[in-house]
Amino acid sequence: MSSTLPVVDNPTADLNNWFDQRFDEKMAAREAAHVPSMTIISTKGTLDMAYPPFILASTAAALGWDVSIFFTFYGLNLLKRDLDLKVSPLGNPAMPMKLPEGPAWIKGKDIPMPTSVMTLIPGFEKMATGMMMKTMDNKGIARIDQLREMCIEADVKLVACQMTVDLFDYAKEEFIPEIEEWVGAASFLPRALKADVNLFV
Amino acid sequence: MSETIHTLDARGLNCPLPILRTKKAISALASGEILEVTATDPGSVKDLDSFCSQTGHEMLSSEQIDDGFFFKIRKA
Repeated sequence: MSSTLPVVDNPTADLNNWFDQRFDEKMAAREAAHVPSMTIISTKGTLDMAYPPFILASTAAALGWDVSIFFTFYGLNLLKRDLDLKVSPLGNPAMPMKLPEGPAWIKGKDIPMPTSVMTLIPGFEKMATGMMMKTMDNKGIARIDQLREMCIEADVKLVACQMTVDLFDYAKEEFIPEIEEWVGAASFLPRALKADVNLFV
Repeated sequence: MSETIHTLDARGLNCPLPILRTKKAISALASGEILEVTATDPGSVKDLDSFCSQTGHEMLSSEQIDDGFFFKIRKA
């Protein structure tokens, strides 16, 4: 009989190839099943600093990501039922001061005065806040309460810092009921550990 | 095959609203249906591309029109 057995030239190489292929398939399947996640720590309560967490969170949620925002210190103001956020030119030297109304050549110009000097004018902060809100409205930028609502709709988890409430003697009734939980750092960190993206705002 | 075409007018809206509105509109569609989006935000060109590649929807066309941008997206 002269039948020949299948020739295995190099069993080790064949096994390695087979393993590599299986490994790539398994990894690709795992990647495809993975839901990306993001945690954001929001620490500022001014109008300008309210935008980054809510914009990033709502957009990530639209992309299908799992998102949590941990609100601590002044960031907790972003969870108040009545949002009364202000923007201050003080300590904000890069903030452009532009008039929201008027001809294009005026709107495009910065008011030629350092923001630190402007802040000394009584009522300036209120005016700056009004100007920024008007400009945002003109440019079709969502209001914070709208963005927050979209985050809630998209199932973004809003987590509030328990210590901050105690620190500033806030009443929990001042805050929106959609807050998922009131926790401390030790409860939030494990969530951040598992997230693909962690941001501090 | 006749395709149902849905439209979304996102003109005048700025980042991230065109994406959020698109996501909302597309959620209401059945798989394979097409959403046509018009937008004026120049950032929406790249953002909607990224939205599609992340979510698996298919960007059929993305073009500049007289008053902004026009996109055709097929729901995955």
